[in-house]
Amino acid sequence: MRDRSFAPSRILIYLVVSLFAAAYLAPLVVVVLNSLRTNEEIAQGSMIGWPQHLAWGNYALAWSGFCVAETCAGIRPYMLNSALVTIPATIFSTLLGAIAGYAVSLWRFRGDNWIYGIVTLGLFLPQQMRLLPWTIVLRDIGLINTLSGLVLIHTIQGLSFTVLFCRNYYIAIPHELIRAARIDGAGFFRIFWRIILPLSAPILIVTVIWQFTHIWNEFLYGVTFTTGQQQPVTAALIALSAAIADIPQHGVQSAAVIIAALPTLLIYLFGGRYFVRGLTAGAVK
Amino acid sequence: MTNAVSTATRPATSDMVRRLPEYLMIWVPLLLSAAHLISFSIWTIWISFTPSTLVPVTGWVGLRNYTSVLASRNWQIAFDNLLLFGSAFVLLSLITGLMLAILLDQRIRGENVLRSIFLYPLAVSFVVTGTVWSWLLNPGIGIEKLAHDLGWASFHFDWLVNRDMAIWTIVIAAIWQSSGFAMALFLAGLRSVDADIIKAAQIDGAGPIRTYWRVILPTLWPITITVVVIQLQFAISAFDLVRALTNGGPGIATQLPALVVYDLMFQRSQLGRGAAAAVLMLLILLAVLLPYAAWRYVQRRQATHA
Repeated sequence: MRDRSFAPSRILIYLVVSLFAAAYLAPLVVVVLNSLRTNEEIAQGSMIGWPQHLAWGNYALAWSGFCVAETCAGIRPYMLNSALVTIPATIFSTLLGAIAGYAVSLWRFRGDNWIYGIVTLGLFLPQQMRLLPWTIVLRDIGLINTLSGLVLIHTIQGLSFTVLFCRNYYIAIPHELIRAARIDGAGFFRIFWRIILPLSAPILIVTVIWQFTHIWNEFLYGVTFTTGQQQPVTAALIALSAAIADIPQHGVQSAAVIIAALPTLLIYLFGGRYFVRGLTAGAVK
Repeated sequence: MTNAVSTATRPATSDMVRRLPEYLMIWVPLLLSAAHLISFSIWTIWISFTPSTLVPVTGWVGLRNYTSVLASRNWQIAFDNLLLFGSAFVLLSLITGLMLAILLDQRIRGENVLRSIFLYPLAVSFVVTGTVWSWLLNPGIGIEKLAHDLGWASFHFDWLVNRDMAIWTIVIAAIWQSSGFAMALFLAGLRSVDADIIKAAQIDGAGPIRTYWRVILPTLWPITITVVVIQLQFAISAFDLVRALTNGGPGIATQLPALVVYDLMFQRSQLGRGAAAAVLMLLILLAVLLPYAAWRYVQRRQATHA
C-alpha cells in the first residue's frame, strides 16, 4: 500500500478529507474572525468576512461591558457562575462516584447489583422527567435560583456516569490485591487511598473531563432553575441574543460565544485523548 | 496487623460504628441517586394523571392530559418533526461518520489532527453551536448574504426562515456537531477487525472496495446499532440546539417534544399536560431502548455460551 501513496485515489482521499475538515472548522473560523470585526463592519457585509482591522475591543465589551436586561457587567458574572457550579459538581460527583464504583466492583455487598443497575438507568432517563420534581425539591430545601442548587443536581445526576466509568475500570483490578490488603488489616478507606487511588489516574482524568464538559455545557437546568444574575453562561448567551435582537451586535456576541466555549475547548485541546475515551466508554455501557 | 486482631475481638455493633463513615460514603450517594431516579419518575407519571396547572394538585383525570397533548397541533408537529429529524439526522450522521472513519483508516498523514478536527464540536455546548449556525444560516447576514455580496444575486438559501425547510437546518447543525462521534466509534471498530481476514480476502483477489463491502463492513453492524441508538437518544431529547438555532420557529415549524414539554410546564403553566408530554417522550425513548436492551442481552448470552 505504501508505494502507491501518490496514486490518483490517494489524492482523492486527501481532497475529500480536507474538504470535510474545512467544513468542520468553518463555523469556528467564522466566529473567531467575527469576534475581531466591528459591529458596523458586519452589518455592512455578512457574518463571513475578513477583519479590516482587529477589533480587540469586542472582547473587553463581551467580558465586562455589554448589558443583559438591566445589568451591564458583560459575560463575566455568568462565567463565574458556571465555574462555581461546574468545578464543585465535577469534584463531588467524581470523588463520590469513584468511592461508590470501588465499593460495587471490589467489595460487593448485598443489593450491589440492584443499586448499580438503578443508578445507571440515570444515563437514559430524560431530563424532562426530572424537571418538575427538581423544581419542588429545590424550592422545599430553599435552593431554587441558587448555584448550590445546580451543584446538587449535577452532583447527584452525574453519579450515574461517574459510578459507571469507575466501576468498569475497577472491575479489572485483580481481587487478590484487595484480599491481600484486607488480610493485612487494611480497611475500606485505607485500601482506597493506598492501592486504588494511585491506580486511578487514567479513569479519574476521563471522568473529570467528561463531567466538566457536560456540566459546563448544560443548559436546560440552568435556564429552568435560575434567573437573572444566577444563570450559568449557556443560559446567559440565550438571554443575550434575545436582549440585543433589535440592535444586533454580532462582533461582541461572537466574542462572548468564544469566551463561553473556551474552557471546554481548551480541555479538549489538552485532554482530547481522554475526552474521546469517555465518549466511547459511555457508549459501550 | 494490630488492626486485624482488634477487629476480630470487638463486638459486632462497635464494628458497625467504626465502619459508619464508609457506609455513609458508599450508600448516601448511591441511595440518593437511585431514589431520585425512581421517585422522580413515579412523581412525574402521577402528575400526568392529575388536573395540575400552575401548581401540582391531587386528583385524577385519567388520560385526559394525554389525549389533549396528543390532539394538540403543537405535539403533532413536534412528533412529525422528530420522525423526520430523527431519521434524517441519524442516517446522515451514520453515513458521514462511516465515510470519515474509512477515509481516516487509509493510513493517511495527519490522522490525529484530522480526527481532532472532526471531534471538536462535541466539546462545545449546543447553545454555542446553535447560535453560530443561526448566524450562518440566517439569509440576512449569513451564507446567502455572502453569496449576494460576491455578486451571485440569484443565490437562495433561506431554510432557517422557511417553514418547510427549517427543520433541515437543525439536521445540518446536529450532523456537524455529532457525526464525529459516529466516526470515533466506527474507526475503533475498523481498527479492531482481524488483520488475517483482510489478508485472506486480498489473497482471494478481492480489491479494496470489495474487501470493505464484503469483509470489513459486515463486522461493524453491532457498532452501527450502538451508534444509531445513542444518536436517537440524543434526537429524542434534543432541546438546547433547537432552542438556540430556531427556538421552534418560524411559528412552530421546528417544534420538538422537549420544547413542547418545557413550553407546557414553564410557559403555559400546564403542569399536568407538561408531565404527560414528558412521559410520552419517555415512551418514545423506551420504544428505542427496550429492543436495544433485549438485543444486548441476547448477544451477551450467546457470547457466554459460545
